[in-house]
Amino acid sequence: MIHTENLSKKFNDHLAVDRLTLEIPEGEVFGFLGPNGAGKTTTVRMLTSLIAPTSGRATVFGYEVGRDDQNIRRNVGILTETPGLYDRLSAHHNLMIFANLYEVPDPTGQVKKYLRLLGLWERRADAASTFSKGMRQKLAIARALLHEPRVLFLDEPTSGLDPEAARLVRDFIAELKEQGRTIFICTHNLDEADRLCDRVAVFNTHLRVVDTPRGLRQQLFGRQVVFHLGEEAAKWQTAVASHPAIKHSEAHENKLVVTLEDPETHNPELIRLLVSQGAPIRFVGELRRTLEDVYLQLVR
Amino acid sequence: MQKIKTIIHKEWAEVFKNRLVLFTVIFLPLVMIALPLGTLAAMNTWSGEFNNVQELGEMQFMGELCIGLTEIECTQIYMLNLFTLMLMILPVIIPVTIAAYSIVGEKTARSLEPLLATPITTIELLTGKMIAAIVPAIGATWLSFAIYLAGARLMLPPRIFVYLVDPMWLLAIFVVSPLLTLLSVATALMISSRVSDPRVAEQLAGMVIMPIILLVLGQSVGFIIINQQIVVLLGVGAAIIDVLLVYLSVRVFQREMILTRWK
Ligand SMILES: Nc1ncnc2c1ncn2[C@@H]1O[C@H](COP(=O)(O)OP(=O)(O)OP(=O)(O)O)[C@@H](O)[C@H]1O
Ligand SMILES: [Mg+2]
Repeated sequence: MIHTENLSKKFNDHLAVDRLTLEIPEGEVFGFLGPNGAGKTTTVRMLTSLIAPTSGRATVFGYEVGRDDQNIRRNVGILTETPGLYDRLSAHHNLMIFANLYEVPDPTGQVKKYLRLLGLWERRADAASTFSKGMRQKLAIARALLHEPRVLFLDEPTSGLDPEAARLVRDFIAELKEQGRTIFICTHNLDEADRLCDRVAVFNTHLRVVDTPRGLRQQLFGRQVVFHLGEEAAKWQTAVASHPAIKHSEAHENKLVVTLEDPETHNPELIRLLVSQGAPIRFVGELRRTLEDVYLQLVR
Repeated sequence: MQKIKTIIHKEWAEVFKNRLVLFTVIFLPLVMIALPLGTLAAMNTWSGEFNNVQELGEMQFMGELCIGLTEIECTQIYMLNLFTLMLMILPVIIPVTIAAYSIVGEKTARSLEPLLATPITTIELLTGKMIAAIVPAIGATWLSFAIYLAGARLMLPPRIFVYLVDPMWLLAIFVVSPLLTLLSVATALMISSRVSDPRVAEQLAGMVIMPIILLVLGQSVGFIIINQQIVVLLGVGAAIIDVLLVYLSVRVFQREMILTRWK
């Protein structure tokens, strides 16, 4: 659905995106993570035919960026990073303008549908300037969906929203995913990426890594098991360190953390080993790394 | 076509909610009508000797225009010329205000990017914005001229009134004015793309008005007497600059440039 090949963008002498190669299948929710100034917005702008790539190529929906720009614009929806509204106009009027620009067959019906869906129907006649930030964001999301695009680009959809509004937007994105749309999300919220995205990319001018959130965690940290002991863990570290299945072990206070290939197979052995030596095991669990840990490891 | 219409309606819905724009489009024409009609009304109450202008006198600078007319009639014609010329400030100043707000406003509201993401072409967008500024300007100018004519018809003797419906003035109002409007819109468009404050854009683009102001000043101190030649010259000059500016704006305004520079 989205395909890029050595896609690059240079602003004067500044390289913002360097040879990005990606393949995003239909129906995938793809998270694009990276620090400020990484080139995320620049990438989205290239993929929505707003700015031209300096080199490389990209296709969206089978249309080539730079050649079939009008077709790309017709078929993708975009929530821009700073989604300006026409403040003096009503919510309804704001949407009608875009429904007409996107040549939606039933503009009134579509506008009504999305105002309802996003809970803005009661406020439809009010000027956009009277809306809270969360409502403005919802209106901007509605605006991006009026023409029912199969591909959707969301540039930081929940930034600046309170937890409740962010939750609402996230749930809505999950619904859009259910409808089989392909969604490309730029976000700084790693928890959000973890929950919503099928795959995530960590990007900082160059593509660092692409994988499922789970795959990333494993790739970087392996699978880790933590033994909670009734006493200082350090003295038990030597007991397990020599076991062939263990790649790495660490002791922090009462916790013994071991990294292993296949916990399902080796955990019973390890537990037996530790118990036979008299270790007071209280709990055994898998150590869950957050995507944040992965991310910080990668961008550092 | 539908998209151009959408843009025009949007511009009007938005821009006319701005007090300053509304003031320029409504109040300024009212002043421009009230001024001449008030003066004519005042002149009608004058009395004095009605000397025929035959020899060289005070009205000498009006040239042959006043031969065979009384002094007061000659003064009236002189005033009419001055006021009609002043009316031509409208087609220049109104679109500058509208265009400055419609473009810089879009920039400050950050609404340009979503707009450019839609399948509207750059030409459609620019055309919509230009028409949205041009139509009210020409409309206000013509309407003002019509009211001015109607008022003058009531207050002036027919033999003076004909000086107002002179081909020179008809050319000025119906041909030269729209050309000047286009010129000021294109200039405002160019300038708006470089600055981020609508007031600055307005002031800079307002420089377009200088030639008209100079003519008005020249006329009022008797330095220049407006005649058909000047009007034609003004029209031809405006037409040439228009063609250049429109060509330039179409060449210069690419989507990416609008997005990355208009901010
Ligand atoms: N129009 C432009 N002209 C020049 N440089 C630009 C332009 N747009 C972006 N850049 C530069 O390109 C780099 C990438 O910017 P971009 O906005 O894509 O980052 P981002 O990943 O979206 O960051 P953020 O998380 O802050 O939104 C930055 O260094 C920025 O300064
Ligand atoms: Mg960004």
